[in-house]
Amino acid sequence: MVLEHLIDISLLVFLAVISVALLRIKDLFAAVMIFGIYSLTSASLFMVLAAADVAFTEAAVGAGISTILMLATLSITGREEKTIERKFKLLPLLIVSITGAVLLYGIRDLPPFGDAGNPAQVHVAPRYIEQSPVETDVPNIVTSVLASYRGFDTLGEVVVIFTAGLGVALIIGRRRRLPSKKEASSHE
Amino acid sequence: MNDHLILRVVGKFLIPYVMLFGLYVQFHGDFGPGGGFQAGVIFASGFVIYTLLFGLRSTQQIVSEGFLRVISASGVLIYAGVGVASMLMGGEFLNYNVLAANPIAGQHIGIMVIEFGVGLTVASTMTLLLMMFAERGLPS
Repeated sequence: MVLEHLIDISLLVFLAVISVALLRIKDLFAAVMIFGIYSLTSASLFMVLAAADVAFTEAAVGAGISTILMLATLSITGREEKTIERKFKLLPLLIVSITGAVLLYGIRDLPPFGDAGNPAQVHVAPRYIEQSPVETDVPNIVTSVLASYRGFDTLGEVVVIFTAGLGVALIIGRRRRLPSKKEASSHE
Repeated sequence: MNDHLILRVVGKFLIPYVMLFGLYVQFHGDFGPGGGFQAGVIFASGFVIYTLLFGLRSTQQIVSEGFLRVISASGVLIYAGVGVASMLMGGEFLNYNVLAANPIAGQHIGIMVIEFGVGLTVASTMTLLLMMFAERGLPS
């Protein structure tokens, strides 16, 4: 138990340190790398929470694919952040402080972590745990929930991925054909 | 990356295993962690490694963007097609119970097929995204 807490706390501290480093760094290439490390640390945290499926996704998408996509973007845009002069502004600080205080206040109303009586644990989860082996005979309950009980949700997610690809294809996919001189002059 | 000999050799060695692992995650998702989404991303990362090491032009010789677009759309169609098939066989949209005589067998078929659709769409879309970004980065 103590060891588990130790792992949890060190991973969370890592996340905090990485976030601060990410905010302060100017070199965008290094920032992308730190993003990847952040995702990998999150994946470890999900693994500690016994959410292997989520950890899988986070490691593959967050640390893998999106890092590559950001690197590809950097190769187009350049790797140095534009420097802006830093001025102290009161209003943003005030808004952030108030929002943070409200969120901290709201934590008191959250149900205790991992408690068996939490709303998330007593709603449909018991039904899935009891009935999913009988109804679908799939050992991995996560798969049976995602693919069968909530198949419609997952269909929506697949459509989202397809639409995202489609959107990128429409924006940067094909190079726009430059108008020939004839067409350009006819428009004038 | 023509001068990175070690990376190229290790990459060549690694890519088949990455793709094999993707297939394992795809078809073993019923029993272990994973499923179509994770498998698709892992499979696509095989193409990512290949593109990083050998360049976009080599990848384009293996899969064309047009082909990937077709695969990307067909994954969604396979998924939705399962829903339509279950409607035609007298159930609700995406009710796998009616896909076979036995509801359990129907569930197995349904989950297998839709996970395959998810895997197709995710793998092809991720590869396509990388290829389009990389194309943009190349000097024209």
